[in-house]
Amino acid sequence: MLGRTLREVSAALKQGQITPTELCLKCLSLIKKTKFLNAYITVSEEVALKQAEESEKRYKKGYVPPYNATVVQKLLDQGALLMGKTNLDEFAMGSGSTDGIFGPVKNPWSYSKQYREKRKQKPHGENEETNWLITGGSSGGSAAAVSAFTCFAALGSDTGGSTRNPAAHCGVVGLKPSYGLVSRHGLIPLVNSMDVPGILTRCVDDAATVLGVLAGHDCKDSTTVQDPVKSFILPSLTDVSKLCIGIPKEYLVPELSSEVQSLWSKAAKLFESEGAKVIEVSLPHTSYSIVCYHVLCTSEVASNMARFDGLEYGHRCDINVSTEAMYAATRREGFNDVVRGRILSGNFFLLKENYENYFIKAQKVRRLIANDFVNVFNSGVDVLLTPTTLSEAVPYMEFIKEDNRTRSAQGDIFTQAVNMAGLPAVSVPMALSNQGLPIGLQFIGRAFCDQQLLTVAKWFEKQVQFPVIQLQEIMGDCSSVFENDLASVSLKQ
Amino acid sequence: MWARAGRRVLRAPRGGCRGFASRAGSPETGRIAREVVEHLERLALVDFGGPEAVARLERAVAFADRLRAVDTDGVQPLESVLEDRCLYLRSDNVVEGNCAEELLQNSHRVVEEYFVAPPGNISLPKLDEQEPFSQS
Repeated sequence: MLGRTLREVSAALKQGQITPTELCLKCLSLIKKTKFLNAYITVSEEVALKQAEESEKRYKKGYVPPYNATVVQKLLDQGALLMGKTNLDEFAMGSGSTDGIFGPVKNPWSYSKQYREKRKQKPHGENEETNWLITGGSSGGSAAAVSAFTCFAALGSDTGGSTRNPAAHCGVVGLKPSYGLVSRHGLIPLVNSMDVPGILTRCVDDAATVLGVLAGHDCKDSTTVQDPVKSFILPSLTDVSKLCIGIPKEYLVPELSSEVQSLWSKAAKLFESEGAKVIEVSLPHTSYSIVCYHVLCTSEVASNMARFDGLEYGHRCDINVSTEAMYAATRREGFNDVVRGRILSGNFFLLKENYENYFIKAQKVRRLIANDFVNVFNSGVDVLLTPTTLSEAVPYMEFIKEDNRTRSAQGDIFTQAVNMAGLPAVSVPMALSNQGLPIGLQFIGRAFCDQQLLTVAKWFEKQVQFPVIQLQEIMGDCSSVFENDLASVSLKQ
Repeated sequence: MWARAGRRVLRAPRGGCRGFASRAGSPETGRIAREVVEHLERLALVDFGGPEAVARLERAVAFADRLRAVDTDGVQPLESVLEDRCLYLRSDNVVEGNCAEELLQNSHRVVEEYFVAPPGNISLPKLDEQEPFSQS
C-alpha cells in the first residue's frame, strides 16, 4: 500500500480497501523502523492519528440502497416524482415519531391557525416553540409531509397502526391495505406476517388511486396473493341503506377521550340517519390483543433485526477483536434503546423454556382474535367503525414522560388487531377537537375488500367535510397559490 | 451467520454452572435471573446497557403474562393469515444479479470482492469481565 501512487491509494481509500487510520498507522510504523535515516526531526504521531480519525468520518457515507422497493418502483414507473425520504421512529418502532436518529417530527397542526387560535384563549406561560405536538407514529414524517401540502401522497409502513395513527393525528387519510395485496419487497421487515406498506394522502380517492398502482402480485414477494387485481376506482355512494356498520363494544375503553367517543357516536348516528344498519358487535378477545401483539412483534423483531451486524451494510464499529465483539458493539451503537429493548424481550420469549408459554401461546391467541373478526363479518357486517386513537395529538413534552412501550401500547390499541387479522383498514379525519386538532376514525373491512372499504370511507369523508388545515402563518405567500389554483381546476369524472 | 455464531458460543466452555432448571424469569417475583440476562445478551448480541433495561424487560414480561388468562385449548397457532393459500414459487431461472460492485459499496470493510470480518472463534467475555460501556 505504501508503494502506491497518490491516485491509487486514494481509490483504495474510497473503496474501503484500507481506512485512513490503517494507512496512517502503516506510515507511522515505517517511520519508526527507518528512524536511523534521521529524516524526521519531529514525528507528529498524535496529530496525524487525529486527522486520520476525522478523515474516516468523511469517508463514512450513509447506506445507499442498491435497489428500489417494489412499491417505490411501481410509483416511479407511473411517473411519480420522488420528493424525498421521510422521518420515522427508528425501525418503525414507536407511536410518536420521536425516537429516530434524525430527531422527532413536529405535527403541522401545532402551527395551524385553528390550533393557535384556541390556545390564545387559554392563559399559557410556556414558550410556543417548545410546546409543539407529536405527529403520532411511526410513519409520522410521511403524515406530516402530506398534511403540510409538501407532497400529494406518501408511503409509510403499517405493522401495528404506524400509518393510521399519524394519519389521525395529522388530519390525513391513512390506509392499511389487506395483507398480501401490496408487495413487501424492499420494506424492511419487522413482523413478516403483519407488515404492509401504508398509503397516506389528503383524501380517500387519492388513496384509492395510489392503491391501484401498488396492488398486485409481485414475484419478488411470495406473500402477495395471485388473485387478479380489481379496479380501485371508487363509486360515489349515495345510498347507504344496504350497508351494515358494526360497532365493536370492546373498543369503548375507559382511556378513550370523551371527545373521540362523542365523535365516534356521532359517526354511528350519521350512518343510521342515512339509512344504514348500525349494530353493536363483539370482538371478545380485544383486551388481549395488544398483549398478543407485543409478544409476536418483539419475537419477530428479535429475529429480523439479526441481519444488522455491520458486515455487509450499515453502521459498523471499530472493534476488530472478534466477530461477536464487533457485532455486539455495532449493534449497541447502531440501535437505540427502544429497538434493543424489543430485541431482548423478543429473545426472552423465544427462549426454549419460554417458547411454548409465550410465543406459541400468542400465536394461538392471534387465531382467536382473527376468528373474532371473521365471525363478525360472517354475521352480515360490511364494515366496522372504531376510533383510531385514544385522543388527539399530545405535546411532545408530555409524550416523552412515558417510555416507548407504554406509549406504543396506548397508541396501537385500536389499530394492531387489524394487523393480526390481516384486514384492510383506513383512518379518515372526521373533525377538529375543542383544541382545534384533528380526530380521525377507523374503518375496518373484510379481507381483500379494500375497494368496498374505501367506498364507504369516501362517503363518510364527503359527509363530514373535514376542514383544511390553515397554515398561512408559516407558509406566507405559498398559501395564496392554493386558493387561486383550486378555483380553476375542474375534475373530469 | 449470526445464528451459527450463537450456537458456537453456547458450546464454548465456560466456568460456573448455568442453571435454567426453573423457568427463566419466574412470574411470581418477576425478577429475571442474572444468568438469563447474560444469556439473552449473548443470543441477541445486544447489551442491556444497565439495570433500567432489565427492569423494562421485567415489565414487558409481566405485561405478556396477561396472556395466561386466555383459554387456548384446542386452538392451533396462527402463523400467517394466508395459511389457506399456497406460497408462490417462481421458476428457478436467473433473471438478475451481477451486481457485486453495488453490493460491496455499502460495506465498510471490503478487500477485493470479500466482506472482511474479524476472527470468529472467540466468544464474548462475560458481563463482569467486560469493561463498563458508556451509554451512547
